[in-house]
This record gives sequence, C-alpha cells and structure tokens, in this order.
Amino acid sequence: MGIQLQCKDTALGYDGRVVLQGLNFVVSEGDYLCILGENGSGKSTLMKTLLGLHTPSRGEIQFCGDTSQKEIGYLPQQTIVQRDFPASVQEIVLSGCLSRCGFRPFYTKQEKQLAGEIMQKLGIMDLNKRCYRELSGGQQQRVLLARALCSARKMLLLDEPVTGLDARASHEMYELIADLNQNDSVTIIMISHDIQASVNYASHILHIGGRQLFYGTKREYLQSKVGQAFLEMGGVMHD
Amino acid sequence: MTDLWNTLVYYFQFPFVQYAMIVGLLIALCSSLLGVTLVLKRFSFIGDGLSHVAFGAMAVSASLNAVITIENDMIVVLPVTVLAAILLLQTSQNAKIKGDAMIAMISVGSLALGYLLMNLFSNSPNISGDVCSTLFGATSILTLTLPEVWLCVIMAVIVIAVFLLFYHKIFAVTFDENFASATGVNANAYNLLIAVITAFIIVLAMNLVGSLLISALIIFPSLSAMRIFKSFRSVILCSAVISVICAGMGIILAILFSTPVGSTIVAADIAVFILFSILSGVLSRHEKA
Repeated sequence: MGIQLQCKDTALGYDGRVVLQGLNFVVSEGDYLCILGENGSGKSTLMKTLLGLHTPSRGEIQFCGDTSQKEIGYLPQQTIVQRDFPASVQEIVLSGCLSRCGFRPFYTKQEKQLAGEIMQKLGIMDLNKRCYRELSGGQQQRVLLARALCSARKMLLLDEPVTGLDARASHEMYELIADLNQNDSVTIIMISHDIQASVNYASHILHIGGRQLFYGTKREYLQSKVGQAFLEMGGVMHD
Repeated sequence: MTDLWNTLVYYFQFPFVQYAMIVGLLIALCSSLLGVTLVLKRFSFIGDGLSHVAFGAMAVSASLNAVITIENDMIVVLPVTVLAAILLLQTSQNAKIKGDAMIAMISVGSLALGYLLMNLFSNSPNISGDVCSTLFGATSILTLTLPEVWLCVIMAVIVIAVFLLFYHKIFAVTFDENFASATGVNANAYNLLIAVITAFIIVLAMNLVGSLLISALIIFPSLSAMRIFKSFRSVILCSAVISVICAGMGIILAILFSTPVGSTIVAADIAVFILFSILSGVLSRHEKA
C-alpha cells in the first residue's frame, strides 16, 4: 500500500489567518478517510487546500509516488446556479475530462468512451440525454460523481455527498462509494457531518476543530475519548 | 403585399441598408452566444452596467471631439468599456464590497456624467438628438460607413472564434466554477475572458440598438431558448437562431414601417419570449397528462 499524500505539522488558513493547525496524517492507496468536524472547524479550508485552491500557511501537503494534485477527482456540493441549469447529463459528465484537454477545444473519442464506461458503471447510462435539472437528487449526485471519476480515477474527494438526499438515496450513494473503494481501489476522502455513516464505512478518521483532534483507524477512533464523546453527541442528534 | 415586397427590394438596393442588415445579424449572433452564459452565471447585471459605461465613454469621446478630431468613437469607447468590465467583475467577486451597489453606482454615474459632458462640451447642433441616438440606437445603424462595417465584421469573427475555441471551458466554468478550478481550469481567467468579450459585444451593439437596449438583446433570446431546450448546446443554438431571426425581422419591419430599429428588434425578441413561455407551459402540461 503506497502512501499517496501526507501532511507533517501543516497549518492552513487564508487571508493571513490560520484556521487549522497541527495536521499530521497520511493517506495511502485504497484508504477510506472520513474528515469529521463541526461547522467552522476548518473542513472546507482543508478541502480547498487539498485541491490546490489555497496554499498552506505552514508546512505542505506532499503528494507521493505517482500521485499528484491533478489525480484528485472532486465532488463538490451543489450550487444554486445548477438547480435550473439547462444541460444534458452527457455534457456534464464529459466536462470532467476537461483537465486532460489543455488547449484542445474538443473531446476525443477515447474521452467520450471513458465517460460512457463510467456512466454505465454508475447506472446512469439511460439518463444520458436527460436534462440535469429534471433529475432526482440522488441521480444528480451520481452524475456529479461520474464527472469526478472522469477527471481522476485514483482518489476522490467528496464534500458532504449526501446533503439533501432522502434516507434511501443516501444509502445507495454510500454503497456506491464503498463499492468504488473496495472493487476499483479508489482512495476516498470524504468530508461529512454524518458520523454514523462515517463510522460504518470509513477505514480511517480525521477529526478536526481548529486543530487536529484525532487521526487514526476507525477502531482506534471508537475507543478514543474524542470519538466516544462525538459519537454520543451524534447519537443524540440522530435520534 | 406586393407593394411591401417592392418597397423592401427598393430599399435593399442601397448599400447602407445592406450594411445595416449584415452588421445587425452579426451583432445579434454574438450577443446571443454569450447571453446564455451571462444569464446562467447571474452576470446579466454586468451587461447592463457596462452598457451605461459605454454611453459615458461615448459622451467623453464626443466631448473630446470638440478639441481633437477622433475618427472613430470606438477608439475611446472600447478600451474604457473593457476596463470597466474587468473592474466590475473583480468587485462582484470581492465579498467585502457590495458588488451590486458598486455596479449601480458606476452605471448611473456614467449616465449622468455622460449627459453632463455632452451638454457642456459638445458643439453638435442637436444634442438631444445625439443623446437619443446613443441611448436607443435610433438611426445610427443606418449611417454606418464601410470601414465601420469591416470593424464590426472583424470583431464579430473574433468573438465567435473565441467562443467556439473555448466552448467546453466556458460550459465548465458556467456550470461549476469550483469543480473547474479544482481540475486545473483557470476559472478566473475565463471569467475575465467572458467579461472582456461582453464588453466587445456591448460596444458593437451600441450601433444597433443603443446602449439602453443592449441587455435586452443579450438576455431575451437565451431566456426564450431556456424555456424549451434542455441541453447547453441546444439552448445556445436555439438562442442564436432566435436572436438572428428577430434581428432580421426587426430591421425589415423597421424599414417598412419606419419605426426605430433598436426598439423594433427588442419588441420582436419580447414577442418570441412570450410565445416560448406559452409553448413551454403547454408542453409541460402535455408531459404530465
């Protein structure tokens, strides 16, 4: 299992303000890492830094081996603009291939084929020509997941992937992600509020709140004080 | 009917009518291409603000003309409008300054100062005629000279070429800026590109419909297309077709019934918008049934 990225005593922030410090963690091939934390704990800053949109204020995020920043596929949260956007599923999924294009103004046959294979795999091939704004929430998330897979197949960064989905669609989404992780050995980094699902599916947990509160495997987390306290809170919230 | 046809044939013998048609159709095509992106990105207000800036710049150019001779107003108007486009875009992205207030300030400010300058310094005998022509287009499309027509053609070709070359990137940046920048597309650069092309189109379109009506030319065809069509490509194609047909019809009607060109074109755009709205209502009811 090769290490794909690691942080050593890294501090993150923007506009000269540090919002998250003392980060020490590694992500290896095939890991399923859940990043937990309250609102304002620095989750979105960490995510933007992983994507290369911010630079760390101290230390760095190292990509190892043949992994680079470009190998991260990204599933962002939906924006207001997208809700009434006239675009077909195919157009959106293909736009994931854009990072390969450079200055080439069109998509190649291989790229279209790749997009087709991924849509097939995620079970959205029959939605190909449908309009994005007419799909259900779960279908829309699958489309965005397919787009993320088009841009990179080694590592996926998911930002609260089940926000706004009902229980069944959430479950399907989690199963799909777990399947990608286990059968296609895609490394998963997921930012989540949903502690139950995180504990169910993740292999590693990173818990942050202005600084690193915990990093380790899921089993270690369940036995740690931070984990138990958070689980109790989460349990209360979910009942 | 044959009378109308004969009148039309008679008018189209004149080069200035032919010029008006060529330039009008090209401007309509360009503005509709970008209109879709501007509407979807919630940038339509930038188009509106810019058109007022262009009016102010036109007034400055007219006033300067009293001192030094300026052969073509575009030499002044184009750079000023492009600069304003960049400025408006930066401020609207900067959360610390209220973007909409800034745009309102710039657009109303340039209208007021433009009118003031025109009154103070212009040595034209008919100032209110000049102002009316700049704001509503009036007759300026029918007084184009051959070099102006060539300038319009060249600018239109540039706009269309840029749009075709960057079509997929423009789609990605419009649909999801975060994702696009995360995959290494320079979203800010493309936003800038979009704003600069918008400035180009607005300066071009001032001739056709005047600065107050430009937003209509940009917004209506794309809104109409979005009522019916469901993919980005079909929306863009449809809005281009609507825009070109409306501009052509508008110019012909304006010639036949001697109405102002700009407002006739916009009236045609509005009619199509209403038609498409009704059509989409009927279609969605049909789908449910």
